[in-house]
Amino acid sequence: MRHLLRRVGFYLAALWAAVTFNFIIPRLMPGDPAEAYIAKLQTQQVTREQINAIRELFGVNPSIPLWRQYLDYLNSLLHGNLGIATSQFPSPVIDILRQSLPWTIGLVGAAVILSFLIGTLVGMIIAWKRGSWYDTMVPPLLTFLSAVPYFWMALALVYIFGVGLNWFPTDSGYDVFSVTPGWSSDFILSVAQHAILPVITLVIGSLAGWVLTMRNTMITTLSEDYVLMAQAKGLSERRVMFNYAARNAILPSITSFSISLGLVVSGSLLTEIVFNYPGIGFALYKGVQADDYALVEGCFLVIALAVLIANFLSDLVYTFLDPRVRRGGS
Amino acid sequence: MQVTNVTGQNMHSSSMLNRAMERGRSIFNTLKSNPKIAVGIGILAFFVLVALAAPLLTPYDPDATIVVGSLPPSSAHILGTTGLGQDMFAQLVYGARVTLLIGFTAAIGSTLLQIFFGLTSGYFGGVIGDAFSLIINVFLVLPGLPLAIVLASLASANSAANKNEFVIALVLLFTSWSYGARVLRAQTLSLKEREFVTAARATGESTLRIIFFEILPNEFALVASTFVGTFVYVVGAEIALEFLGLGDTSKASWGEILYWAQNNAALIIGKWWQFVPAGLCVAVLCAGLTFVNFGIDELANPRLRVERPRRKRLLLSKKKGVAV
Repeated sequence: MRHLLRRVGFYLAALWAAVTFNFIIPRLMPGDPAEAYIAKLQTQQVTREQINAIRELFGVNPSIPLWRQYLDYLNSLLHGNLGIATSQFPSPVIDILRQSLPWTIGLVGAAVILSFLIGTLVGMIIAWKRGSWYDTMVPPLLTFLSAVPYFWMALALVYIFGVGLNWFPTDSGYDVFSVTPGWSSDFILSVAQHAILPVITLVIGSLAGWVLTMRNTMITTLSEDYVLMAQAKGLSERRVMFNYAARNAILPSITSFSISLGLVVSGSLLTEIVFNYPGIGFALYKGVQADDYALVEGCFLVIALAVLIANFLSDLVYTFLDPRVRRGGS
Repeated sequence: MQVTNVTGQNMHSSSMLNRAMERGRSIFNTLKSNPKIAVGIGILAFFVLVALAAPLLTPYDPDATIVVGSLPPSSAHILGTTGLGQDMFAQLVYGARVTLLIGFTAAIGSTLLQIFFGLTSGYFGGVIGDAFSLIINVFLVLPGLPLAIVLASLASANSAANKNEFVIALVLLFTSWSYGARVLRAQTLSLKEREFVTAARATGESTLRIIFFEILPNEFALVASTFVGTFVYVVGAEIALEFLGLGDTSKASWGEILYWAQNNAALIIGKWWQFVPAGLCVAVLCAGLTFVNFGIDELANPRLRVERPRRKRLLLSKKKGVAV
């Protein structure tokens, strides 16, 4: 329990850091992003009060001391006020994020679970058959695939399966022309169909990490005495592999979850752009293209928050799996 | 690694020479016995040579419009032309310069930060150690690429002149150091308990000297491996930032090629030559460097090596005169 409380404290500190970056970065940059942003707003129909509110959000008003700006900033964040998206005027940033987030979570969630399951299984099998032809072939091949930039892999898949073979849709999150969002089977089917290629992109890109982590720890575990003992007892090969070796080798994979999650989220941002998938990455891209800094910053905050929560969940799983952590040992 | 046995009578210079030769031979042997490292370094060397020799390889200026746009590959333009009528092969070889330059700059800077944060947070206990370790972990858990996008897009606000390689390198340096720092910190934590550190402390060496002259040389293999890993990450992230249009889109680089390919919808109309070559180059370069890292891992952790057949191994060990 104390361990978990410490972790919660850490994630709060990380969240605070993310928020503070968001506060400091526009103020440190050469040029004045806030003025550019406001100039853009002034071409739209905005009231003076709204402009003043944005000035305060970005801290353009030099008469207010910095600490006061900071407190105001935190206060507006707590009220969900992230500014107005100039690129999609007059939607507040928070509304755009609320619409985009479920798409990204669905995409990343499906990809992470699939690639964890497939990758761990493959890593386990090639470690068990060490030195066989597929142990020498699979890791280099996967390494090559994971070195391919995510968006390039996405482009290639669009080209082959979307444009060439016309098997899967390559645009948007669902068929915007024929189905309406809701809990209908048509809509769910359409969403699943549209998610296939993006998910495949992400799984291919992130598979190598899981396979190699699992393979390497599994090889270390296989030389342990209890594995030899299990084999000497005459247990079936499958039982030794799953219940003795793999069970103990899987912990480092869960520890490396946070790093791989960050990479998959980054990959998802780029993949969404290629597929015009209506998630956070696409919103971020539109923000970048239109110099809409409020939207860009909002996207970063939401991504950071989601990643922190996912990390906390993986901590919970780890605590559940490893009794040493539960008892407060190292 | 073998230690040279030099007797006291030997002249100092000859022992230096011996040692240098020994080291050269041992590097060569390492490359021979570890094909992964050899292949990876070969790939890197190939791209560096291509980047250096760019003017010799192509007669065209990469940024100049020379013909009508989007010609398919032909004998005059072996990889075709871009939508703006630039020679794609020239863009690719000159682009290698930008990509490698940003990659090296950011990776070197990032490695220096990793060494600083990793070693100091590992060596110092108490408040300093805890605070540094907290900073490392916070950077580790915050998603790097989105942060880099925010930084790069705000840095180029108001003036397009800020969209250059230097800004990209700086942004990547700042967002890529945390993983390596954590690895180095863990190693430092275990090294600082060793006798040689205690001895150095007892002889009154200054703390800075202990950290950077006693402990750091012992982590050289680890620093090399995190440098390579950082380089791979930085190249990937750089291409991604340029692909988003956050780099200098008027100057040839691999990410810029892909940016224009995406913006001109090169794919939908089947102009594969505008996006296949650049993507393949990135993939081959990054995969090659990842192999270098696997090679270093195998050197450090013998269990990961694939066992050679027994007889061959005995023969090898007899020839070298060392037990494997």
